Amino acid sequence: MMAWLSPDTRARFRRNRSLQVGLILLVVLLAITFGGPLLLTTDPIAVDFGQALLPPSASNWFGTDDLGRDVFTRVVTAAQIDLQIAIMCVLLPFLIGTAVGLVSGYIGGKTDIVLMRLVDILWAFPFYVLVIAIVGSLGPSIANMYLAFTLVAWISFARIVRGEVLLIKRMEYVQAAKVLGYSHLRIILRHVLPNAITPAIVFMMADVVLTILAVTSLGFLGLGIQPPTPEWGVMIAEGRNFIFDGWWGSLFPGLAIVYVGVTFALLGDGLDDFLRPKA
Amino acid sequence: MSTATSLMTVDGLVTRFNGHGAAVTAVDGVSFDIRPGEIFGLVGESGCGKSATCRSLIRLFGGAPAEVAGGSILFDGLDLATLNDRRMEDIRGARIAMIFQDPMTALNPTMSIGEQICEGLRRHRGLGRRAAREEAVALLASVGVTSPGSRLNAYPHQFSGGMRQRVLIAIALACRPKLLIADEPTTALDVTIQDQILKLILRLRDDSGMSVLLVTHDLGVVAQTCDRVAVMYAGRIAEMGETRQIFRRPAHPYTRALLDALPAHAGRGTKLKPIGGEPPNLAAPPVGCRFHPRCAHAIDRCRQSLPDLHAVEPGHESACLRVEELGL
Repeated sequence: MMAWLSPDTRARFRRNRSLQVGLILLVVLLAITFGGPLLLTTDPIAVDFGQALLPPSASNWFGTDDLGRDVFTRVVTAAQIDLQIAIMCVLLPFLIGTAVGLVSGYIGGKTDIVLMRLVDILWAFPFYVLVIAIVGSLGPSIANMYLAFTLVAWISFARIVRGEVLLIKRMEYVQAAKVLGYSHLRIILRHVLPNAITPAIVFMMADVVLTILAVTSLGFLGLGIQPPTPEWGVMIAEGRNFIFDGWWGSLFPGLAIVYVGVTFALLGDGLDDFLRPKA
Repeated sequence: MSTATSLMTVDGLVTRFNGHGAAVTAVDGVSFDIRPGEIFGLVGESGCGKSATCRSLIRLFGGAPAEVAGGSILFDGLDLATLNDRRMEDIRGARIAMIFQDPMTALNPTMSIGEQICEGLRRHRGLGRRAAREEAVALLASVGVTSPGSRLNAYPHQFSGGMRQRVLIAIALACRPKLLIADEPTTALDVTIQDQILKLILRLRDDSGMSVLLVTHDLGVVAQTCDRVAVMYAGRIAEMGETRQIFRRPAHPYTRALLDALPAHAGRGTKLKPIGGEPPNLAAPPVGCRFHPRCAHAIDRCRQSLPDLHAVEPGHESACLRVEELGL
């Protein structure tokens, strides 16, 4: 494995515990997310009051909720939708923010001033206030969540990338590319972007953690995925009502969120060391 | 100076940096010509306008708010001082190439050496992927990189400073430029490597017949490589001529002071003479000869009018008003 990587890269990977553990956790997460539902025999939505609020046991690993649905089945089923939303809600802002940051930093001047003031204005609003305002006014749906997160979260990426571009466009290799008569588009894509993107990729990993929290928070508030679709935030909110009779209803989806958070936090930390070796 | 035989003729070049508040005229009325196949040296201390002059020739100032404010730069029948940006892009890299001072930062760390060499070949010479790769191997071999074929896939961090400078020279030469601008190409290198790189530049000049504009602050480098040289001081040319003329008979007090500060030139047992004072602030340069505040021979006349270059012998010009009376 990894034979195509240079010995230096392999050595750096071998030293990088965060990245290794993060990758293992990610593989497990992906296996459960996409493989899990195929193995499940119980319906995550079917109500069975005869089975309500059963504690964790051999047949119901995570117990059942107040409507008699298997919590394990619901936690596993929810992974797909939660991950899909979290990743899209990071990817779209990442793409838009990176593009804006590149243009703003590279062109500079009035373009830069206009774009960065726009970023400042959005930055002035607390993240959740904007997201809740947008989803709240447009109505809860997956498309509206994508829209809300994209509108709000691109500013971080734009700032990070712009900062890098400002440094990199002064580097001699960018000057050299200009001296060689390359077009601006080529210089931006081949010489600036690959050197400016690393911090944004690292931040993207950290942002997945924040976004999954935000997505589940919206679910918790009733602004995200609507019941009965299994979703971790919604499950925590529902479990809250019978927390003293059935703690498992909220605990396990909560643990799932923690697991995803730890996975991406480790990946972000590991990638940071891996892609930006210090000296 | 005959324009007909020149590759590039710079006449009255003025380059201004528009900083906060005061504008700084870094290059103030510089004229010289570069002949086909010659190595033309541009020497002077830091901040004298050598680099600004080079940058003016390709009109790239590294993001600094500078502009060519006057004069003409005739090259291949075009005036580069007024050429539009689109056509300037076609000149850069294809007909005028440049190598930089610091080879450690002048290569893109995220692209392999091969990709970086091929990029120019494909852009300017329209070669296909295969042909560009073959040409890249030949180029690397010509600049003295051993086993070039296997080095194509290496990344810049796997190369030493001297090797990187060789790669940069290969990239610069990829499109067979008529003029290579070398801005302090050896300053960041060890002395032994410095010598190898200078010899390489000499050899490549002999092979290809290109001209080289070599910028340096090192008179030793000038003596070793340049055919002709211009000594710059405070944005103007103080003296210009063939290298041996300048070394044998410096015709400007500044050139003489520079040579006196050179161990090889001062002779055994004599103390090296540093030049007193500091270079002038170019935002408010002294009236008259730019060098007069530091010149031991300055008289009232030197403080009144800005002297122009005049011939002291065939092919040798000085901007000192008192050349004849001082017997320089």
